[in-house]
Amino acid sequence: MTLTMQAPVPVFDEEVSGRKLAIICSKGSLDMAYPGLVLANAALGEGIETHLFFTFWGFDMINKETMTHLQFTPVGNPATHMSPMLMGLPGMTSFATHMMKKQIEGIDIPSVPEFLEMISDSGGHLWACRMSADMMHIDEDDLYERVEGIISATDFIELSEGAQTIFI
Amino acid sequence: MSLATIAGQEVHVDEEGFMTEYDEWDEELARQLAANIDIELTDRHMEAIRFLRADFLVVGETPTLRRVTTAGGIPTKELFQLFPKKPAKKMAYIAGLPKPVGCV
Repeated sequence: MTLTMQAPVPVFDEEVSGRKLAIICSKGSLDMAYPGLVLANAALGEGIETHLFFTFWGFDMINKETMTHLQFTPVGNPATHMSPMLMGLPGMTSFATHMMKKQIEGIDIPSVPEFLEMISDSGGHLWACRMSADMMHIDEDDLYERVEGIISATDFIELSEGAQTIFI
Repeated sequence: MSLATIAGQEVHVDEEGFMTEYDEWDEELARQLAANIDIELTDRHMEAIRFLRADFLVVGETPTLRRVTTAGGIPTKELFQLFPKKPAKKMAYIAGLPKPVGCV
């Protein structure tokens, strides 16, 4: 008679020990919107409490007027490996944006609004920066409805206590 | 990968306990795997698990959480209720599949 061991059981709850993530999103271009969204989504999938704080140009990600058409510009971006002379041509930004959106869609990554909805559905928290809102004359009605509130820098420091903080 | 016992059946598992042979899985095993991580399977749980199994056959890899929502039709919020904290990994474990590798 052969005896085999009981199969091990994966430990799923070890990290649910209060690990917390705070991501500051300060950029409003299409290419810089995604890193924060991807990380937030991954953290939530691991059961980690996650907060996203949108400030300055990051407001474009949660402003109803702009969130659906963030743009990518190759101007001044050496990582595109294309001639700087060409990059400044009229229409280049909308062309590059179109290409990037197609690539993102092609690997089944959601658009920015859809991504925010998924993050919120996964239990993530979305916060807007008070100073940016005041500067841009924006109030809660102008913001994506899943944003939980417009909070001050001090509020953010309080709620991110004990969190690993990432600035994008 | 080694041979181990789950619910009285001998199956192949990796060092964490994820099953490694697609065809060794059945729904009886799924119930035991779920119980191991304190989940009692309902019909709704099984819908998600069956989607994972079917999608794995077609795509060749374990679907991510987003795919279970977009292609499997089960809302993200509900997946977090059914399989708390780490839904993607827990579903993969119960479905006898490897952990999903996709980023989103």
